[in-house]
Amino acid sequence: MSSVKKVVEMRGITKRFPGIVANDNITLSVKQGEIHALLGENGAGKSTLMNILFGLYQPDEGEILINEKAVKITSPNVANELGIGMVHQHFMLVETFTVTENIVLGNEPKNGLQIDIQSAEKAVEKLSNQYGLKVDPRAKIQDISVGMQQRVEILKTLYRGADILIFDEPTAVLTPQEIHELIEIMHNLVKEGKTIILITHKLKEIMAVCNACTIIRRGKVIDSVLIKDTNPDELAAKMVGREVSFHVDKIAAKPKETILAVENVTAMGNRGVNALNNLSLEVRAGEILGIAGVDGNGQSELIEVLTGLRKATSGRVLLNGKEITNESPRSISESGLSHIPEDRHKRGLVLDFTMSENMVLETYFHPTFNKNGFLDYGAIDKHAAKLIEEFDVRTPSIYTPARALSGGNQQKAIIAREVDKNPDLLIAAQPTRGLDVGAIEFIHRRLIEQRDNGKAVLLLSLELDEIINVSDRIAVIYEGSIVGIVDAKATSEQELGLMMSGGKRMPGGGNDE
Amino acid sequence: MNKVIAVFTKESFLVPVVAIILGLLTGAIAMLAGGFNPIQAYMALIEKVFGSAYNFGETIRQITPLIFTGLAVAFAFRTGLFNIGAEGQFIVGMIAATTVGVSFDLPAYIHAPLAVIAGAVAGGLWGSIAGYLKAARGVNEVITSIMLNWVALYLANWVMNAFFIPTGQQRSEMIKESSMITITWLSQMFDSARLHWGTLIAVLAAIFFYVILWKTKSGYELRAVGLNPHASEYAGMNVNRNVVKAMFIGGMFAGIGGACEILGVFHYQAIMTAQPGYGFDGIAVALIGGNTPLGVVLAAILFGILTFGAAGMKFGAGVPVELIRVVIASVIFFVAAHGIVKIFVKPILQKKKEGGH
Repeated sequence: MSSVKKVVEMRGITKRFPGIVANDNITLSVKQGEIHALLGENGAGKSTLMNILFGLYQPDEGEILINEKAVKITSPNVANELGIGMVHQHFMLVETFTVTENIVLGNEPKNGLQIDIQSAEKAVEKLSNQYGLKVDPRAKIQDISVGMQQRVEILKTLYRGADILIFDEPTAVLTPQEIHELIEIMHNLVKEGKTIILITHKLKEIMAVCNACTIIRRGKVIDSVLIKDTNPDELAAKMVGREVSFHVDKIAAKPKETILAVENVTAMGNRGVNALNNLSLEVRAGEILGIAGVDGNGQSELIEVLTGLRKATSGRVLLNGKEITNESPRSISESGLSHIPEDRHKRGLVLDFTMSENMVLETYFHPTFNKNGFLDYGAIDKHAAKLIEEFDVRTPSIYTPARALSGGNQQKAIIAREVDKNPDLLIAAQPTRGLDVGAIEFIHRRLIEQRDNGKAVLLLSLELDEIINVSDRIAVIYEGSIVGIVDAKATSEQELGLMMSGGKRMPGGGNDE
Repeated sequence: MNKVIAVFTKESFLVPVVAIILGLLTGAIAMLAGGFNPIQAYMALIEKVFGSAYNFGETIRQITPLIFTGLAVAFAFRTGLFNIGAEGQFIVGMIAATTVGVSFDLPAYIHAPLAVIAGAVAGGLWGSIAGYLKAARGVNEVITSIMLNWVALYLANWVMNAFFIPTGQQRSEMIKESSMITITWLSQMFDSARLHWGTLIAVLAAIFFYVILWKTKSGYELRAVGLNPHASEYAGMNVNRNVVKAMFIGGMFAGIGGACEILGVFHYQAIMTAQPGYGFDGIAVALIGGNTPLGVVLAAILFGILTFGAAGMKFGAGVPVELIRVVIASVIFFVAAHGIVKIFVKPILQKKKEGGH
């Protein structure tokens, strides 16, 4: 084995931020042609380590060797020159530019004063074919799918001559089919001599594509293992520091009366065409209804209509038999609906507010906190302290700005706030997006607890595993309508996948034209 | 003692102080380049401001409107709005105060407060025009509030000409004595420097600023909307109403400032050929003060001293007034460019880290 070249070696990397040691004497060694997973909980220090490798941070201690030569990576430009490329989780693409224009951006081949777009297109096409990416170099970014956009990101790094590719949570935004294709692409890349570092929480993917895995917990390396010698349970235990159960334990649902009834709702999307077409569904007390679907089929618009952020052009929404169609967000919230938003930074939290202030975002005007127009910050702090303790939100203090918390803890705080309102209906939109197994387990348990307390839960997620494991019934959304409702225990990933792509309709889909 | 050192080596304190020092140094270089003696000039500035009771009193007069306009800009900024219209709000405050001051005959304990309140309401409404246009039509408040400054200026001249200026003159009738807010005994103590209750109102306004934003339900909403309108909307707050409200309160501060200039300093309103400038200086004051009420008061004091002391530099050291503007601009530049200042501050902070534990 020692004959294989080590392309990346990070030795004794330590990086301190005020108050915390993000990386504590971390050693990482990646061999040529390997897919190496970097596994760890949120806030474990994976991103910090990769940002050091990509030149965005400087380590306080330690050294980095690329291709067995000591280097100082002082900026992403230096990283590029050393052949390191990063495929970011959030794509950095110009929507109105073509694929080629995006790829050459900042590195344009020139023909005099003009950009030589023809030869650039050829170069992109050649790269795309070489690695089996199947990207059309002339397509505009806004017209291609998220999966394709990701491939453009990959091409961008390849075009710049990267030999070492860092993938940051690459599957978070993909459909199951796209994930399969991405895994294929990764294999192709490795076959062509590239080396991949994969940052992820998803054990299933690590088992499927990686050769080796380095596990980081609280800034320290816990272990470095070969995938062939390990199993998901062991990896999870190492990452979290205790045994984790993947199986979502739950008793059979006991559905009672209808809490939420959506009747033939149609609503306009942002692009001026209908995003919801005559959509109907029901959620009953004591059950979790999961909504499965490929991103962009009306999920976000459905939530917005239900929470009062978007107007329905026709149809009705009933909560507990009371019509709430197109009511204001506050009146809907006060009627007994809570919502864990899809985008916690945009909708869920005021990041520069303290945790304490964030915990009363929807209830600050209640008499408990509001005394004649003055807020009782004593009561607000006490409330926050109680919730933070109860939901195990790890924050240095209740006066810490929400921004300073890790994603998992931010999400726990939102869930604490929403569940504490004791809602009849809890809408959870992608509640575990970007979270690690420990936090996911916690959140799933809370959702099921709500259900067992006789509340209705509507779960929207792009993760099929999550939908299948947590829901009691699953409704599949496709192009703004429900195309089928199935029993979670009786369905399969294949069946759902087929319905999600519009290939199959089932009874219960409210749109029988 | 350690606590005191801790306060003075805190970054939030150190950065503006170092910025001011760097600004003064840059100003000194500019003066040297112009062939003036900076030490002599700065001495003259200090001499001017603190040298006589009259000048010291007049410096306070100079500081007062800057606190008001600084608060007007800072308040809007706290709620995510850029209020460039403090100038216009200041002017309509003047108009309202003059109108009430000249037109009514009331006992002093009603007349003066009424005139101040009229200024507050006028400034507030003027500010809410920009707020309303933003909320209802999505028009950028920077554009509208700038344009409203000019509307206010010419509106003021028209109102004065049409109603309050006797034929052939350039200024309105005097306001009634009952509406004046001059503090006669204090004025006498300071050799007739024009001191007035407005200074106290300015300090109270800064306290009001703090209380409303950090203690009340409205303030919670205003801050939430300013920091994250999406989350606020989702949490059921009315984002548009808060925009109008923020601009009203901001405008109110500037309006009171304008009113106090009439009621406390001039006692009449003259035809203006240009903007009084307090509103624009208010932007700088808010920026230097970090948009906090205490910061605004301190920044207004600095700004007032520099502006008023400029006259001293001119007479004492022959430095043209334009150069003091270079100093002020350098201070603003260094405050705005945190990054540059932090390079200078870093060694101090590092020493502290090593020395402390």
